[in-house]
Amino acid sequence: MRVALFITCVNDTLFPGTGKAVVSLLRRLGCEVDFPAAQTCCGQMHVNTGYRAEGVRLARHFTEVFAGYEAVVAPSGSCAAMVREQYPKLAKPGSKGAAAIAEVVPRVYELSEFLIDVLKVEDVGAYFPHRVTYHPTCHSLRGLHLGDRPTRLLQHVRGLELVPLPGAEECCGFGGTFAVKNPAVSAAMGADKTRNILDTGAEVLCAADNSCLMHIGGTLSRQKTGVRTMHLAEILASTEEAQ
Amino acid sequence: MSSTFLGMPGDFPKNAEKAVQNSQLRYNLRKATHTIRGKRASVVGELPDWQELRAAGKAIKDHTLRNLDRYLVQLEESVTRAGGTVHWARDAAEANRIVAGLVKATGETEVVKVKSMATQEIELNQALAAEGITAYETDLAELIVQLGDDFPSHILVPAIHRNRSEIREIFLDKMPKVPDNLTDDPPALAEAARLHLRERFLKSKVAISGANFMVAETGTLVVLESEGNGRMCLTLPRTLISVVGIEKLLPTWRDLEVFLQLLPRSSTGERMNPYTSMWTGAVEGQEFHLVLLDNGRTDVLADEVGRQALRCIRCSACLNVCPVYERAGGHAYGSVYPGPIGAILTPQLRGMGSELDASLPYASSLCGACYEACPVAIDIPEVLVDLRAKAPHSAAERAGMKVAGWILNDHERLARAQRAATKLRKLVPKRLPGPLSAWTDTRDVPEIPEESFRDWWERNERA
Ligand code: SF4
Repeated sequence: MRVALFITCVNDTLFPGTGKAVVSLLRRLGCEVDFPAAQTCCGQMHVNTGYRAEGVRLARHFTEVFAGYEAVVAPSGSCAAMVREQYPKLAKPGSKGAAAIAEVVPRVYELSEFLIDVLKVEDVGAYFPHRVTYHPTCHSLRGLHLGDRPTRLLQHVRGLELVPLPGAEECCGFGGTFAVKNPAVSAAMGADKTRNILDTGAEVLCAADNSCLMHIGGTLSRQKTGVRTMHLAEILASTEEAQ
Repeated sequence: MSSTFLGMPGDFPKNAEKAVQNSQLRYNLRKATHTIRGKRASVVGELPDWQELRAAGKAIKDHTLRNLDRYLVQLEESVTRAGGTVHWARDAAEANRIVAGLVKATGETEVVKVKSMATQEIELNQALAAEGITAYETDLAELIVQLGDDFPSHILVPAIHRNRSEIREIFLDKMPKVPDNLTDDPPALAEAARLHLRERFLKSKVAISGANFMVAETGTLVVLESEGNGRMCLTLPRTLISVVGIEKLLPTWRDLEVFLQLLPRSSTGERMNPYTSMWTGAVEGQEFHLVLLDNGRTDVLADEVGRQALRCIRCSACLNVCPVYERAGGHAYGSVYPGPIGAILTPQLRGMGSELDASLPYASSLCGACYEACPVAIDIPEVLVDLRAKAPHSAAERAGMKVAGWILNDHERLARAQRAATKLRKLVPKRLPGPLSAWTDTRDVPEIPEESFRDWWERNERA
């Protein structure tokens, strides 16, 4: 199967390791991976901060870049939710833009959705001998309704001990520009999240979204907790040989 | 009580920062919201058809709002037929004038009140005070707020920010005839309030209420409450004046079936509401006046995205699940409508002219917990995002967003920006300057990688 990787601008710029992990994971599972070079950003930051015109331009760019692919996979619940949930509201009904969106939207998948719903694998052959807790992230949970897909994948990773995170469904406090527009509340939410993470005794906090991990990880690191953050793709890409 | 939220003059982020630093407040709020949250989740979870009920609630409200003009006229006819008098109020000032006039016509100078959001919204108590009329709140939590010269911070539990020892102090300080040995035991506090209120109920000739629902078909008004104090006000006094927002309408009696299930489970986390009072017009010897309040609601109705806020049944489920409300508290929102519903309703009712009101659409991380909990499926994040597009933005932010949009709109520009960042990667300070210091005050910045993903792909993979 030929898959277009939508890396997302945050991963592209700050977390290339996640992109490399997705490429190696999908290839291991027999997919042919393409990276359409013209891709940039889904427009979520602009739309959600109140800059709709800029966001619409980026959405149009996205639909042009990814038109015609059988499947578009994004290692970000939040960007996938932006495309699937918010794009249809951006274009005038009946317009050309609306048609372009309707064409591409059903083929955009978050990584764990693609693995479980399209490739129909739960055991991706990964090995990761560590104690891990999983933060489901809001847009994956309540936007895309990923449910237990990510944790089902993690449960099949050899050597991995998955410990439940108390208050897992609660927002970590990132919220895009919310983190800088409302820093006090964002930090208070982040502090409660990190306390719950520390209570699990996990070595690694995993999530399917690097933007949330950047906020939680930044807090964990500032507090010198020693807990690492890792994107789901990076754990799923780990194998015995690679260790 | 002053007529504006003078204690909280700043924008939401500044108000919230103060609240976050108040550890007693944070403890009170966390405890209270998590308790109600758990109760709600369990009674909602036990109904297999909750999502269908929710969809029905949404559909009934949408249908009513689409035909509001017709149903309002029908309601007026029904109420009039049953012996009540209907008054129409365009805004707060008009509503207050009507109510003050009605009270004065009775010759009374004291009124008892049933807990009501609409009368809080129009600041009726203050308006009555200016006319020499004293309004006594009879809902226990409203009473605590009123005696404490305080402001409500929650729709359902206006004194949620107070714990019982604070309540005891307020009672000792402000309640006449309270025993000196009053403890902070909840039954003791409730008993003190009961004695205090009984006297008022028996003395008062005029009561003022709101309503949770109005039925167009029958002209019936409905109030749901937990204490029975509302029922005292609704039955004992000779004159009853109800001030109700025009969106509280339901077409038929049967529609109540849906809402009498949705509301208690979402609100107090109970299967059934303890005291549900319904009245239609006036019985002999009593007088009933209904003041229908617009106060910005028809403007909200005109907004295609924002109008869904008018479906709200004020259950406060969205407050109780909101991580921002839990930490910022209700006062930070500077309005009688706090939490997620306040963040979408206040800017629509009042506009975004003030710094505070313009900051409300941003008082959310868009986590979506409110939408999931809302019994009438108001997509609060959708309305927040829509309001953000209409909110005033600072020149600096506009410029920054423009540049970011320009870079992100072209992959070669993006690649050049990424390479520039890579060159500077060792120079990124631990504390960032300007608005970005908000990030580094509590969080480390991620390290900039040696190479972006797209450059790595170009080097290794592009055939
Ligand atoms: S917006 Fe929904 S959840 Fe919030 S108070 Fe209104 S009805 Fe309840």
